[in-house]
Amino acid sequence: MSEAAEKKTPLYEEHVRCGAKLIPFGGWLMPVQYTSITDEHQAVRKAIGVFDISHMGQLTAAGPGAAAWLNRMLTNNVEKLEVGSGQYTFLLNERGGIIDDLIAYRIGAEEFLLVVNASRTEEDFAWLQQNLEGEAELRNRSAEYGGLAVQGPRVLELLRSMLGKTAEIPARNQIAHFEYEGIQLMIARTGYTGEDGVEIFFPAPDSVRVWNALLAHGESLGIRPCGLGARDTLRLEMCYPLNGSDLSPEHNPIEAGLGFFVDLTKPKFIGREELARVKKNGPARRLVPFRMKTKGPPPRPHYPVYAGSERVGEVASGTLSPSLSYGIGMAYLPVTEAKVGNDFEIEIRGQKFPATIEKKPLYKKS
Amino acid sequence: MNVPDDLRYTESHEWVRVEGENARVGITDHAQAELTDVVYVELPKVGAQVAARGATAVVESVKAASDIYAPVKGTIVEVNTALEGNPALINTDPFGEGWIFTLKMDAPADVELLKDAATYRAGIS
Repeated sequence: MSEAAEKKTPLYEEHVRCGAKLIPFGGWLMPVQYTSITDEHQAVRKAIGVFDISHMGQLTAAGPGAAAWLNRMLTNNVEKLEVGSGQYTFLLNERGGIIDDLIAYRIGAEEFLLVVNASRTEEDFAWLQQNLEGEAELRNRSAEYGGLAVQGPRVLELLRSMLGKTAEIPARNQIAHFEYEGIQLMIARTGYTGEDGVEIFFPAPDSVRVWNALLAHGESLGIRPCGLGARDTLRLEMCYPLNGSDLSPEHNPIEAGLGFFVDLTKPKFIGREELARVKKNGPARRLVPFRMKTKGPPPRPHYPVYAGSERVGEVASGTLSPSLSYGIGMAYLPVTEAKVGNDFEIEIRGQKFPATIEKKPLYKKS
Repeated sequence: MNVPDDLRYTESHEWVRVEGENARVGITDHAQAELTDVVYVELPKVGAQVAARGATAVVESVKAASDIYAPVKGTIVEVNTALEGNPALINTDPFGEGWIFTLKMDAPADVELLKDAATYRAGIS
């Protein structure tokens, strides 16, 4: 895809103004960093970072049959959601392979908001539409919404400065409506960094006003605009998966170590039969977090992984952890190798470097 | 962007400082700004023979690994081991403490084929 073909979010001009370096990502031209990935990463760990997530997709499903239908499309149990609650879940193909990972919010008794990956929005919508049944209406609302993730330990101070001292910010995984200077905001207490934080959605034409208000109210708190680079290092320290790297139609949620978000007690959902079989027999491979044992080059996607002389897989995600200052990553390994404390080797430019399997998350707040 | 007048430059953003029959090599201020946050440097071995435009070192940022090329043909005589402990020297002082290697040139006249500061500056602006 050429650069000209990439879509721009409503905040594109603001990113340029802030000195962002922009790269193509999932069909969009997005900031990878403004000043430095390491500095932006630390801003989120210690103060606040704001990320443009306007590229992410928003689908809504509404109607008396919406809940029952979504429950046949998604792995987690939407019937467990009260109005104003969200859950992490998967959209699978018939073979149990992952089409997308997403958050489903119940925003009304008979209305759901699905926040999906930018690069999968069209595919998700098509798959859902193709399997639509019962009294439910599906809409792709992605172009209507702008979105910002505001993440870091000082986020509540920022929101109270903006929305008033008594504003009741939703609890973890909850979503609520707010109004800020006439702008309708949906604020969800969710994120992809491991820090306290929110994801805010608003009408696309209001994007610049919301962005500027957050930066103005956050200035004294140390807010910084953050790009995809820091988003990746932050999520990888927490072992949150990235679709396209750690998840794909060739992988299922159980081998990805995310069986917690699959409700096999539901009688029927797409991919259920295969997941029940994998659960019963045990997966052949598992996605494991690892750290490098020595100072050396950072691990990166597709580097070969060896157990002894045998090549057993490749790195799915890898980076140098800005918080820990050593190489970290995730890789799919045969279950026989996939045990915490097990050592293996990663080949980097013809040389093997030792790595060891760790528990999730790789970064723990001290 | 800093582009010192007394150096020579490559298409691939290395700089060369001629020191007698040796050439000291690093990456430009422009290159370090593009790469950002250097976190690891793989240095060549002293004594290695390198070809002009041959991959000689690797500079890794958080996001990516980039090859660094020898500007001219020669033999590596010195490498900047300070980068092993502090790779960020490439970001903070790309033309000074952040140098990467020195090679003994097979043909010192080869340097004349590289860009001068004005040509390099024009190429990145």
